[in-house]
Amino acid sequence: MPADVMIETVALKKHFPVRKGILQREAKAVRALDGISLTIRRGEVLGLVGESGSGKSTLGKTLMMQEPPTSGQIVFGDTEISRFSERLLKPFRRRMQMIFQDPFSSLNPRMSVGDSLTMPLRFQAPDMSASARLDKARQVIETVGLSGDILERFPHEFSGGQRQRIGIARALITDPEFIVADEAVSALDVSVQAQVLNLLTEIRHRWQLTMLFVTHDLAVVGHIADRVAVMYLGKIVEVAPTRELFTRPRHPYTEALMSAVPTPERRAHQRIMLEGDIPSPISPPSGCAFRTRCPYAKPACADSAPPLDVRGTGHYAACHRPELELASPIAT
Amino acid sequence: MTTMTAAGDAAHTRHHWWQHRTLSRFLRHRLAATGLAIILMLTLACLLGPHLLPYDELTVDLRARFSPPLTQDHYLGTDPLGRDIAARLLMAGRISLLVGFSVMLISTVFGTLIGVVAGYFRGWVGSVLMRIVDAFLAFPSIFLVLVLSAFVEPSPFMITVIIALTCWMEIARIVEAEILSLRERDFTIAARLSGASARWIMFRELVPNAMGPIIVAATLTIANAILLEAYISFLGYGIQPPLPSWGNMLNSAQQYLADAPWLAIVPGITITLAVSSFNFIGDGLRDALDSRSNLP
Ligand SMILES: Nc1ncnc2c1ncn2[C@@H]1O[C@H](COP(=O)(O)OP(=O)(O)OP(=O)(O)O)[C@@H](O)[C@H]1O
Ligand code: SF4
Ligand SMILES: [Mg+2]
Repeated sequence: MPADVMIETVALKKHFPVRKGILQREAKAVRALDGISLTIRRGEVLGLVGESGSGKSTLGKTLMMQEPPTSGQIVFGDTEISRFSERLLKPFRRRMQMIFQDPFSSLNPRMSVGDSLTMPLRFQAPDMSASARLDKARQVIETVGLSGDILERFPHEFSGGQRQRIGIARALITDPEFIVADEAVSALDVSVQAQVLNLLTEIRHRWQLTMLFVTHDLAVVGHIADRVAVMYLGKIVEVAPTRELFTRPRHPYTEALMSAVPTPERRAHQRIMLEGDIPSPISPPSGCAFRTRCPYAKPACADSAPPLDVRGTGHYAACHRPELELASPIAT
Repeated sequence: MTTMTAAGDAAHTRHHWWQHRTLSRFLRHRLAATGLAIILMLTLACLLGPHLLPYDELTVDLRARFSPPLTQDHYLGTDPLGRDIAARLLMAGRISLLVGFSVMLISTVFGTLIGVVAGYFRGWVGSVLMRIVDAFLAFPSIFLVLVLSAFVEPSPFMITVIIALTCWMEIARIVEAEILSLRERDFTIAARLSGASARWIMFRELVPNAMGPIIVAATLTIANAILLEAYISFLGYGIQPPLPSWGNMLNSAQQYLADAPWLAIVPGITITLAVSSFNFIGDGLRDALDSRSNLP
């Protein structure tokens, strides 16, 4: 595999068994990830967008090996880690870290900032002395724009934005190469959102981080991501460089998502709202999973699942109708 | 750039979690504050009282048998052997309260351990542990205590162990439920994703966040333990005379209910006072430590 690939998935599936009754065994499953093949290059930020329930968080958590996938592969650097036990994973945990959405849940309320920050080092750098750990904590807390003397204080003394910075510092303290940021700014006030987003952009360049940036907010993803993957019902339906995706979407779902972003020109009532509810991931529609809500669906769309095909340089879309001219909110 | 001072937009001044809000909310709970005052006074009286009273709890004075309360310096009267009831009550209190606190300690530690292991590991480990809890709960604790105490030497130590054996299950259940929800919180996931050990996650991340419910349950356990001790001693299976306990004082009072009612009334009121005080303290703590009302 090329040396510049940070993490790659091959036909990755994560199914959550749905048990009905006590005796009946796993008859059905929520197909949260239904065959994801994706590559994230070293140093890039891949944005991941999609409606609620499309499986974005599950992809992030599965890449982190929070739980083993149902099938498929995860290749981190040059090691396939998808079948690793927790013991084998331990050395990789230093290299990949996570930033969480809710700054009120991501820090232990009963633990000082210093203890929260140095926690990863206790397990990833056991030879480090306690004072060396604290020095390191002081150093990262300053990189995220907070003062080094807050280590003895507790999370409730800080605002949401400050807590999020502490959470970012905790993710950085092991010098990771890859970070999953799951809705890292969604819970923050708009003004604070911009600050934290700027911080992430700055850090990402300074530390040459690779990131999976999960969000449902296309404006946010446009700000930070180099490429964007669009997810629907456990599948990637389109991947493209950010600017390309915004100017020339090639999947009807992407078009629909972008029409939901308010722009100065387009007032709320003019949006093409997404028709109907997202189908259940327990029994997704046959063929193209989006066909129940797609304005361009034709009978053939029910027959087979469209593969993710090339539509341009680095641009892929999974749709049976490549000829469609789709609208873009910022078409040039 | 993005530099922001630590004080920045932080809404709170610096204080520990248990200061201010929790304490003031507890003290605003009238019954709880009264209960706490009663327990403090009772404990103090049991510790110091026996040294201040003119009689000790074992001195027999047959000329002074059945003295009603306030006879000379027998403030609470005497028993059928002429022993000073005030002295006996306070010495009994030492034993009853000690049994209560010890049971609380043992069953809280044990119940918490079972609960945190069951809640953290879930799966078959959790199922087996919680089925054991259910099995213990299936017997009424009085029945369990009586059966167990029929087989052992009723020393205060054994009585404590036996009562503790019937008191840990509630705590185990409370802790397990709490841990099951805490283990899904992001800070726990962050620890797991950093390769933290099970011990660290259980005892540094999870248990400290379950302390509120644990403390409440522990307080209620003291009340329960004092009541159980009194009950089995009253039935004659508990603390054995001449060692006094509130329960066996009641037991020996039975035959003289008509002639010397104070023999029963004095320990009876004391038990009621102690048990209800601990229950009120528990209620007050439940309100004061409620994590929902603790959010900023
Ligand atoms: N532990 C789990 N057990 C069972 N089902 C789950 C579990 N985690 C996620 N799911 C299901 O998998 C699907 C995808 O969930 P996921 O959280 O990944 O979506 P998402 O895209 O992150 O949504 P959101 O924008 O709301 O965060 C949903 O249908 C969800 O109910
Ligand atoms: S395959 Fe058909 S249903 Fe699916 S997105 Fe394309 S046009 Fe719509
Ligand atoms: Mg999510």
